[in-house]
Amino acid sequence: MTATPTARPSRPSIVRAALMVAEREILAQVRTKSFLISTGIMLAIVLGSIIAGAVFAGNDSTTKVAVVPGTADAVVGAESIEAVDAPDDAAAAQLVRDGEVSAALVPDDGVLGFRILALDAEPAELVAALSVSPEVELLEPADTDEGLRYLVSFGFGIVFLMSAAGFGATIANNTVQEKQSRVVELLLAAVPSRALLAGKILGNSVLAFGQTAAIAATAVIGLVVTGQDDLLGILGAPLVWFVLFFLVGFVLLASIYAASASLVSRMEDVNSTLSPVMMLVMTPYFLVVFFNDNEAVLRVMSYVPFSAPVGMPVRLFLGTAAWWEPLISLVILAVTTVGVIALGAKVYERSLLRTGPRVRLKEVLRAQ
Amino acid sequence: MLQIEGLDRSFGDRKVLDDVGFTVQRGRLTGFVGGNGAGKTTTMRIILGVLAADAGRVTLDGHPLTAEDRVDFGYMPEERGLYPKMKVAEQVAYLGRLHGVDRGVATTRAHELLERLGLDARADEPLENLSLGNQQRAQIAAALVHDPQVLILDEPFSGLDPLAVDVVVGVLAEYAAKGVPVLFSSHQLELVERLCDDLVIISGGRIRAAGGREELRESFSSTRYELVSTGDAGWLRDVVGVHVLDFDGGYAVFEADEDVAQSVLRTALDRSSVRSFTPVRPTLGEIFREVVTDAQPAPVLAEVSR
Repeated sequence: MTATPTARPSRPSIVRAALMVAEREILAQVRTKSFLISTGIMLAIVLGSIIAGAVFAGNDSTTKVAVVPGTADAVVGAESIEAVDAPDDAAAAQLVRDGEVSAALVPDDGVLGFRILALDAEPAELVAALSVSPEVELLEPADTDEGLRYLVSFGFGIVFLMSAAGFGATIANNTVQEKQSRVVELLLAAVPSRALLAGKILGNSVLAFGQTAAIAATAVIGLVVTGQDDLLGILGAPLVWFVLFFLVGFVLLASIYAASASLVSRMEDVNSTLSPVMMLVMTPYFLVVFFNDNEAVLRVMSYVPFSAPVGMPVRLFLGTAAWWEPLISLVILAVTTVGVIALGAKVYERSLLRTGPRVRLKEVLRAQ
Repeated sequence: MLQIEGLDRSFGDRKVLDDVGFTVQRGRLTGFVGGNGAGKTTTMRIILGVLAADAGRVTLDGHPLTAEDRVDFGYMPEERGLYPKMKVAEQVAYLGRLHGVDRGVATTRAHELLERLGLDARADEPLENLSLGNQQRAQIAAALVHDPQVLILDEPFSGLDPLAVDVVVGVLAEYAAKGVPVLFSSHQLELVERLCDDLVIISGGRIRAAGGREELRESFSSTRYELVSTGDAGWLRDVVGVHVLDFDGGYAVFEADEDVAQSVLRTALDRSSVRSFTPVRPTLGEIFREVVTDAQPAPVLAEVSR
């Protein structure tokens, strides 16, 4: 009785629907200028800080010192000293005056047999290189040096914070935008809300993961190019764990963001609803920056699902976690994530079509 | 045939649908009219499965609706909505794909529809660049892109200029001619009256009247007649059983029962020549007002909910 066209489309499976939603989510995001610019800035900061690190660490900065035939032997074997040969004392002194070298080493009758000529300041590096210091033995040596520990903790903390907060906000905004523009009603008429939620989380996870992978790749390449690849040896395993924790941890936060955002109908209300979530995202960052030398705090952090993606990799880097600890923590995180997704999906489904003032969480969970 | 049976729905303590039931026949345009907050949108949302009913069911050709059926539904929500920053053709095609249409087919269909709706020049612009009327056209394209087998349109004509209304009316008639059940709501009663074959009137969450347009007008037409003659119709006032409502020279509107009316006609013919003598049928607007403002809807309800 119906003039049916050749083939009726059949209902897309929930997975296909979620993939289509994810695809739209990714394309919509990648096409915005702000996304491209912010990614570029992030990569530039990472690369910049690695280069800065290389400069400050002084890996390839050497002090040029003029030597005459009688003093050349004195600097042999000193790594940070580059010897510049001069024919005699006068020529060496001239090199110092010309600024060609920072100091000159000339013969002297004193105990050492040489003295240093410098222009207006004592060349500390050269003095240190020529000084004899006693052997030091630390009874309780630190596993890693202070600065590096701070830097790595900060690195894990900031990358997780930026990704989670950035893409979390994207998820929240897109959710509210769909509600505010009412397109959500059309979407729900075609696909179940679970597919919508899954697609949203999937799409943004791919973006967040892609961006983080780009940052990690930039960091690795930067370290290798600037000759700091020894750092990679210590960072390798924690980095892999970080990626694993990041994947699960991001999904956890993403579902919280989506569910929270589904409670409001207008963009103006997003921020107030999201502030508890923002706290949840910021706390691990501050904890790890301020307490990275406090093993007790780190230990707790590494098991609490919301901070585990930062806490556990830092502990692994510091070498204070046993091999089984990340596994247990990851399981705790995964179980929490599954639970939160189930709850989040319920909230999302029940509040998507409710417009007007902010829907209260209690009301949503109790309803129906 | 789309059949709605005994729908109940409450939001909190407020009952918005109370035993709502009617049918949408294949091949017929069914108009759904009611005041603000009467329950039209809630009913349509329940038909679409976007909202759950507390009780009652919706069947298509006898079987309860499944998600698989609903994929073939074309829906235009009352609250218009598309992605503001997404290109028009792209998002129409995207919605088609969510309904299970292949990417290629969806894209082709999207462009065809936009062309038909006079939007082809704007197809690659973000929706937010379009005027409200044009956004409305895009919304119609979004409802039709997957070549739906059932159409549920909430206020499809609001915000459209007369030309666009004609285009949309043409499209709807075309779908109805293909045997697609079409249900649409509208506040423009003249338009509904002109357009639809069947009518459903809802008020306060209850169906007050439903049926074919002419049958409804028939059943709501009181014993009211209009007489236009060349002579003076003043004599009518003296006829027993006649209640004159309006009078002006040879023109009169009066209430009387069938037999009295016939004798009035005979007398009128004897007195002067009669230009016209017709039973007055109420317009949809009149029926609507009568039904909706009726505080005691029981008798009407008993009649229509047979």
